[in-house]
Amino acid sequence: MTTENGPAHYLDHAATTPMVPAAVEAMTAQLVTAGNPSSLHASGRQARRVVEESRETIAQAIDCRPGEVVFTSGGTESDNLAIKGLYWSRREGDPARRRILASAVEHHAVLDPMEWLARAEDAEVELLPVDHTGRLDLDAARAAIERDPASVALISLMWANNEVGTIQPVAEVVALAHAHGIPVHTDAVQALGSVPIDFAASGVDAMTLTGHKVGGPFGAGVLIVRRDLDLVALVHGGGQERDIRSGTLDTPAIAGLAAAIELAVKRQAEHATHLAELRDDLVRRVVEVVPDAHLHGAPLESRDARLPGNAHLGFPGCEGDSLLMLLDARGIECSTGSACSAGVAQPSHVLLAMGCTDDAARHSLRFSFGHTSTAADVDAVVEAIGPVVERARAARRA
Amino acid sequence: MTERQGDRLRVVAAMSGGVDSAVAAARAVEAGHDVTGIHLALSRNPKSYRSGARGCCTIEDANDARRAADVIGIPFYVWDLSDRFHDDVVEDFLDEYAAGRTPNPCLRCNEKIKFAAVLERALALGYDAVATGHYAQLRAGPDGDIEMHRALDHGKDQSYVLGVLDQHQLAHSLFPLGGSTKPDVRAEAARRGLLVADKPDSHDICFVADGDHAGWLREKLGDQAPNSGGPIIDDATGEELGRHEGTYGFTIGQRKGLRIGRPAPDGKPRFVLDIEPVSGTVTVGPRERLAVHRLRGVRPRWCGGAPSRMRGTVQLRAHGGELPATVSVLDEFVEIELHEPAFGIAPGQAAVVYDGTRVVGSATIAVTE
Repeated sequence: MTTENGPAHYLDHAATTPMVPAAVEAMTAQLVTAGNPSSLHASGRQARRVVEESRETIAQAIDCRPGEVVFTSGGTESDNLAIKGLYWSRREGDPARRRILASAVEHHAVLDPMEWLARAEDAEVELLPVDHTGRLDLDAARAAIERDPASVALISLMWANNEVGTIQPVAEVVALAHAHGIPVHTDAVQALGSVPIDFAASGVDAMTLTGHKVGGPFGAGVLIVRRDLDLVALVHGGGQERDIRSGTLDTPAIAGLAAAIELAVKRQAEHATHLAELRDDLVRRVVEVVPDAHLHGAPLESRDARLPGNAHLGFPGCEGDSLLMLLDARGIECSTGSACSAGVAQPSHVLLAMGCTDDAARHSLRFSFGHTSTAADVDAVVEAIGPVVERARAARRA
Repeated sequence: MTERQGDRLRVVAAMSGGVDSAVAAARAVEAGHDVTGIHLALSRNPKSYRSGARGCCTIEDANDARRAADVIGIPFYVWDLSDRFHDDVVEDFLDEYAAGRTPNPCLRCNEKIKFAAVLERALALGYDAVATGHYAQLRAGPDGDIEMHRALDHGKDQSYVLGVLDQHQLAHSLFPLGGSTKPDVRAEAARRGLLVADKPDSHDICFVADGDHAGWLREKLGDQAPNSGGPIIDDATGEELGRHEGTYGFTIGQRKGLRIGRPAPDGKPRFVLDIEPVSGTVTVGPRERLAVHRLRGVRPRWCGGAPSRMRGTVQLRAHGGELPATVSVLDEFVEIELHEPAFGIAPGQAAVVYDGTRVVGSATIAVTE
């Protein structure tokens, strides 16, 4: 991560964050040992022991039972398993349960499986509105549930939004849903390590976590599933993971994942304080340089409403793409927060749901801090942002 | 280009995902420039445009361009110009066909997108020039102007589609391939480890998904009367020889696909002589009636200063030959007197004027006689 201008200022930790040494150590220790955790011999038993200890470590960190931890390949698979697996099992129990409720600002790993279920599996998807900060409209959620509770298969509500960092009223939705026996899934990928997460206390029925957002390896995640919840499998095979998720367990990745989660939870409070200081400093100083820049999402003063490492800023008159490119050339790495797998960036569905215009949705950047961030990163952005915004505005007018 | 040799420029390399633009970008780097690769997303719905390796608008092409940038070692971004492309190129293409003309969207794209929208954005972002994989040569002229000349490889020369560029655009352009042949460029791509070395050339119009030009026009224009159908008339007798499904399926000089059951009395093939968009009438007749001696061009674009009257050559279609001509410029018109007749010249195509190998400018053919 270096450029000709010196080391890069990596401010895209919400996309992924470097592995922490403890995770690298735990993972590499397993990379050189043989043993399939499903084998019965000594090597297999040794691998199985690592997997089960990792499971227990995660259970203890998140406050769930070890048997509730299902290892997956990451956030997207966990979300798919939760949405499809829950939908299928709930509909099996009662064919009338076809409605899936979710906030309009969910990640595509939640939205796309729901849309697929609507197309292919007769589901009815209802996206619930959010306010201008991106927080779920609880009255709308209540009304949607109470209109016909018996027909709701599940509700999915992310713990915190990946783009604007808004923390969602998960506990309130759980209370509304459980009054009618409706299971709730939450994608807590962005929240883990940044805010306190307690699976048991939250009351949710299923929770998605992933390794690479908290200093663990790529390709390793978990779905925490309440023990008494039925889930139809997506992947069939050797019957691993309570038959919910077949496939040879990836012992090294699981060891790294557990080490990262354990550390992330242990350091959460101190980490959050550090990130919030950097983030607040960045927002304040950027607005000093670019007076019409504005923060999207919850205000900084509402400490519990926003992820500590997230600064999502709008720069009127600019294209986010131009800003990103100009900052990249100066060694500052951030994100426009818009999906562009096809090459053509679409305006963010999150910002549009928050009431931003198409134009406003395109003039934004997300800076996200993480465990390697320093005050020098903030200084670099503050120094660059004035000329960069000026250039991006000129390019927009061109 | 000559005057810039040795200067380190900040260059945007437009990378289509093909071999030419990849090698052009690599050469710009090698010339010492600070190069950023840009792929232009031109389709609003990438899947609806051509798929496979032949077009310029697909996800695969964006990926090919990205991989080439990786190999060359330059930053790479996708710029979304789909709205501009739709408004300035696709809509214009449809309007021209609806008016019975035969447009060349590649010239239009060069004029309005690659060397306008992209160039202006690049300049505003602090870049000095746009580099593309076009085969044409830029040189400093005696008066300091930048001159554009045909590529060294006349078989591959693309100066025709660049004939719409003015001095400002040329002064901020780099065509690193102008002095090379295509086989050399492919060999160089292979030597540089660029995976697109063997990728087939693109030929057809990039926004027509399956290359079915008439089918695409039928889908887009089919309901727009009078293009939904009309008579095919014999030029000599005025007799109706048949019906057609839309004038967009025809271009002046076309011989194939007329689907006229009866042969002409003299047994000679018939060609499209005229397309009348209002009545939808397509007139056909023998080849000698296609002969064009004079052209009137509109919307002239000059690479440097506009000439008043000159003898030179003109090229009237993308892969056509050069014809000696006398060109007179009258305000917003260009009169082109051909010293020998041309056949099958379609209004809407560009007439590009050359002085030797130098491109003087271009105009859109409006009237032929």
